[in-house]
Amino acid sequence: MRRFSWFNATSLTLGFAFLYIPMIILILYSFNASKLVTVWAGFSTRWYGELLQNEAFLNAAWVTLKVAVASSTIATVLGTMAAYVMVRAGRFSGRTLFSGMIYAPLVMPEVITGLSLLLLFIGIGLDRGIVTIILAHTTFSMCYVSVVVSSRLVSFDRSLEEAALDLGCSPFEAFRLVTLPIIAPAVISGWLLAFTLSLDDLVIASFTSGPSATTLPIKIFSAVRLGVSPEINALSTIMIAIVTVAVITASFVSKRASVRQQAEEKAAVRATG
Amino acid sequence: MRRFFLIAVPYAWLLVLFLIPFVIVLKISLSDTALSIPPYTPTLDFSGGWAGLKAFFSALDLENFWFLTSDDLYWKAYLSSVWIAVASTLLALFVGYPIAYGMAQARDEWRPTLMMLVILPFWTSFLIRVYSWMGILSQEGFLNQFLLWTGIISEPLIILNTNTAVYVGIVYTYLPFMILPIYAALEKLDASLLEAAEDLGCSRIQAFWLVTVPLSKNGIIAGCFLVFIPALGEFVIPSLLGGSQTLMIGKVLWEEFFNNRDWPVASAVAVILLMILIIPIILFQRNEQKQREAEQ
Repeated sequence: MRRFSWFNATSLTLGFAFLYIPMIILILYSFNASKLVTVWAGFSTRWYGELLQNEAFLNAAWVTLKVAVASSTIATVLGTMAAYVMVRAGRFSGRTLFSGMIYAPLVMPEVITGLSLLLLFIGIGLDRGIVTIILAHTTFSMCYVSVVVSSRLVSFDRSLEEAALDLGCSPFEAFRLVTLPIIAPAVISGWLLAFTLSLDDLVIASFTSGPSATTLPIKIFSAVRLGVSPEINALSTIMIAIVTVAVITASFVSKRASVRQQAEEKAAVRATG
Repeated sequence: MRRFFLIAVPYAWLLVLFLIPFVIVLKISLSDTALSIPPYTPTLDFSGGWAGLKAFFSALDLENFWFLTSDDLYWKAYLSSVWIAVASTLLALFVGYPIAYGMAQARDEWRPTLMMLVILPFWTSFLIRVYSWMGILSQEGFLNQFLLWTGIISEPLIILNTNTAVYVGIVYTYLPFMILPIYAALEKLDASLLEAAEDLGCSRIQAFWLVTVPLSKNGIIAGCFLVFIPALGEFVIPSLLGGSQTLMIGKVLWEEFFNNRDWPVASAVAVILLMILIIPIILFQRNEQKQREAEQ
């Protein structure tokens, strides 16, 4: 019964144009032959070639990838544990402090998180490098993971876990065989979120990295401070392409998985009830 | 035992890597700058025993905070950060509300795609999204080329490296945070209420102001906080799009630490920024809680 409205069509068109035109221009001009970034001089893949020759960028990309994989994996384990504690562990002393520490990093300005971690690392005499970036990224991204996972834990039927325990599973087996498969989509999206947060982070990495480890955002930031460059346009295009493919795939996969899972859950509840 | 382990591991991690660093910042904000490594005094030394501890605490003072109030750079930076954050939050609301409204009114089969289109930029690198505006807003950039070509202006506008560019950057990067909560509120809205309002003699515009806006209030509040809170401490946007006269506290903190190497002052700047942020954070949480209670 919804009527077509010119107002809505216009606001959606303008809104999405605003969101996407900057990125589309960036992508188009990464194929520009000219070094002048705002003058079109024909199609060329020259900047991609130069990018692949640039040792410094490749090294930084490699460091970034290692940090992202390590920190998001540790953060997923810790964040899932934290979510489980928040939703299932009931009361324990210091629970308020615990939930405060889970939520506070989500709203903490990055400059403060970065500064405080740096002061800690210097205080305990830990040399800054890839390890300190991993520790820093794990700390803030585990909080995001725990928020994502706990929203799934809250919504799922607890009687399934109880049934597993009644049927003789140990608590760990019940978690592994019942809970984990059900919350898996949330755990995976938590991991993906942690991974992209780590790939993306400039501020915290700048504070916690040392001369031995430079990540891609740090490299990009110091390059673009001097102005727009066609090499950075090429690099941005590659990153946008990877993210787009990943997000679209992930959303299809998770949609199918969640549809299937809801059906299974319903069937299980019906069978037990 | 297992339960203890489950609680203890994430708890200990957050204590060591979140809470303790914070206490260190607080402590250094009360210390004095010194030409040593680390560049502040006093340092905590347990070998001095009780007397050493006492000497340590008596050496802490509020000097850095007095310094922040005496130098007008700092309070101007706080004020201008709050102002920039407020202004860009309102701009984001202005831009985001019609988009959320259009999405909520769209046909059902379109909505997942529209949602995806809003979420996709959020996953794309923040740094790249800010950077993409540098080529648009610069003096020989695409916006100026376009406006000169249409004949609206005859001289290129100077936008990059001004506060205007900072507003554009904040609105652009945080727009999804504004759209999504408003969309969530509008989607739940019962269309029969609008029909009732129209039957009772409201014009469509009146019905919008009297029914739609009040019922999406929670989404508007949530969206505003989600934009305001990160915008206040923003560093990347003012340093790439803003100019030398753009004062934002995140940038001041960064420069104090990296350029001036004044750790105590940088820590004091951080402590005050957090004290300012606590107000909107508490208000935001209260709003969320009220909403949850209303839903139950």
